[in-house]
Amino acid sequence: MDRRLISVIVLNEHGVLSRIVGLFSGRGYNIDSLTVAPIPESEFSRVSIVTSGDERAFEQIIKQLYKLIPVYKIIEADEFVDKELVLVKIPLAENLSGLDAVLKSYNGSIANSDDKHLIIMASDDSVRIDNFIKTMKKYSPTDIVRSGSVIIEVRE
Amino acid sequence: MAKLNGSQMIMQALKAEGVEVVFGYPGGAALNIFDETYKQKDFKVVLTRHEQACAHAADGYARASGKVGVCIVTSGPGFTNTITGIATAYMDSIPLVIISGQVANSLIGTDAFQEIDAIGISRPCVKHNFLVKTIEELPRVLKEAFYIARSGRPGPVHIDIPKDISAAIGDFEYPDEISIKTYKPTYKGNAKQIKKIVELISESKKPLLYLGGGVISSGASDLVRELVEFSGIPALETLMALGVLRSDDELNLAMVGMHGKYATNMAMSESDLIIALGARFDDRVTGKLSEFAKSAKIVHVDIDPSSISKIVTADYPVVGDVKTVLEDMMPRIKELVKKENYKEWRESIKRYNSIHPLKFEDSDDVLKPQWVIKESAKIVNSDDAIIVTDVGQHQMWVAQFYPFNKPRTLLTSGGLGTMGYGLPAALGAGFASSSHVINFNGDGGFLMNVQELQTLAENDIPVITIILNNRFLGMVRQWQTLFYDERYSSTDLDNKQPDFVKLAEAFGGFGYRVNTKDEFRNALKFALSQKKFSIIDVRVDRFENVVPMVPAGGALYNMILK
Ligand SMILES: Cc1ncc(C[n+]2csc(CCOP(=O)(O)OP(=O)(O)O)c2C)c(N)n1
Repeated sequence: MDRRLISVIVLNEHGVLSRIVGLFSGRGYNIDSLTVAPIPESEFSRVSIVTSGDERAFEQIIKQLYKLIPVYKIIEADEFVDKELVLVKIPLAENLSGLDAVLKSYNGSIANSDDKHLIIMASDDSVRIDNFIKTMKKYSPTDIVRSGSVIIEVRE
Repeated sequence: MAKLNGSQMIMQALKAEGVEVVFGYPGGAALNIFDETYKQKDFKVVLTRHEQACAHAADGYARASGKVGVCIVTSGPGFTNTITGIATAYMDSIPLVIISGQVANSLIGTDAFQEIDAIGISRPCVKHNFLVKTIEELPRVLKEAFYIARSGRPGPVHIDIPKDISAAIGDFEYPDEISIKTYKPTYKGNAKQIKKIVELISESKKPLLYLGGGVISSGASDLVRELVEFSGIPALETLMALGVLRSDDELNLAMVGMHGKYATNMAMSESDLIIALGARFDDRVTGKLSEFAKSAKIVHVDIDPSSISKIVTADYPVVGDVKTVLEDMMPRIKELVKKENYKEWRESIKRYNSIHPLKFEDSDDVLKPQWVIKESAKIVNSDDAIIVTDVGQHQMWVAQFYPFNKPRTLLTSGGLGTMGYGLPAALGAGFASSSHVINFNGDGGFLMNVQELQTLAENDIPVITIILNNRFLGMVRQWQTLFYDERYSSTDLDNKQPDFVKLAEAFGGFGYRVNTKDEFRNALKFALSQKKFSIIDVRVDRFENVVPMVPAGGALYNMILK
């Protein structure tokens, strides 16, 4: 079961996301993560999907996606830059020693703070986000929210 | 620019699309639209008695005519009732436009009376669907719906129209042409690949044409006939392709698959090159996949890229319209392909045919369903007759024993296998053609849309329904006989049936009950001469099985022959 990345460019109309999701669920394919946003200055949106499955299933997904009327283009590149965002809430009551070093090595930062919590933010590829979350565990986070992958193909 | 309300726009669009008949069933959310249909004279509006039948009737009309079938229904229960009909059309790639009323935009999402997420429900069983949010987009949506339904791989398209939109007034100009940026079906096949395929054919020893419903929908039947005749390559047909070749054509190996002929299934198993044209390798065709056509290279021509290599990996895929691809192929075929090359292959298939021809044991004591079907063909005696079936044993016997000679003369639910399809589809066909329409039905499935007898009566559509009455849900009974130690759970209908003759009379048609060959002949001849619908209730052998049979999941070459 390989991890697969695809970028789907779709017409920006209502219901289009449920068509895509319905296609996966109706066929029993898994979606590991999904992010969507409009493409600036266009009538399109870009949907970044991370899925897993064998070559055959993946090929079918691509073909079935193409069959959806609002799908304009599907990008399956051999190389993607793949980034996720994670937000971690930790209580200020914790011992925060070493946090600086962790943030530095993951290019993380403090997104917010008040008298009770710090909210930490980091963005990286999904394996490194996994590691980051593991590391953060020692600060007893009260909440962790991670986004799906946002992906862009390395070459045209 | 004309100012029209939404309902008037729908009428104008239907007119512009050349629609001749609309099947419908009204209700609150569709009232504005029905009010307009009352006023116009350009097409006929047929009130079916159930929305499922409404969709099947539009489907029967579309299959028989080659045009887009149209139905109009209301929101909520009206729409949920149509779903089976829509799914049936979707599975067989039949072009339909389904217009449903919806509660007003302001009420959507409030669980209003008769509100249902129609778009959400239809999504998995339509080619595309639209929820119309503004009056401005309505003309374009109507145009796109018809275009999408009939182009590429055809299919049903659903338009959900809120009540405020069917009343709203806006500018109307029906687009002449449209181009949908994200939808461009590929008609022309790759030239290099086509060249390669013709070479392959010329080098192969045991090629086989495997014809599917796509041949009929792309209008390629004549070309396929020409190809078969010129090349001498034997061809087999799926249920959906029956009629592409003449039944008496020696090279027509007829139906393949679970209930296909011995010689046909053996040919599939031994071929070295299978040329699939508009066929999709359904599991009822392939049998056990790992044993399917093991020695063959696979060429697959289909307009729908997602059909290719979905089930069986194509060695030579061609995305394109069957007709367009064949047009490109023919000149090369005429140069390279030699009929003599496949002589041995044809002989060996012939041998198979003589070992196990398609047959049944006739009887004078009890009517055999196969006899009834063969005899019907003799009495009807017309290539133009439209034969409709419901789903079950009778459907397979019709496929095996009725001599189809023209495309679009068999209407049957292949992909979804929908019981209750026959009668309303026959009704729809009655509006498409002036030929005789004969509906073969099981006694079980007939009751699933029996209310449409009323629609037949009202519209003087003389459909003849031949009920092959075995007092069983026969096809299920057959499986119970073979695989469940004869435990006839919920399938025995003996003494659990209405009087079909009285039923016919109650709805204003003719009813006949027949037990003998002569009675059957007389009843059918009489029915053919009438202008009203008829039901012929034929008491047939209760325990007859459909053979050959490939048990589900078995290899195509392992057939139960008796
Ligand atoms: C709507 C629907 N329900 C159930 C089935 C399952 N099914 C397939 S064939 C069959 C029996 C059909 O019996 P009958 O209509 O009497 O026809 P016969 O097989 O006897 O010719 C059934 C129940 C189906 N195909 N469609």
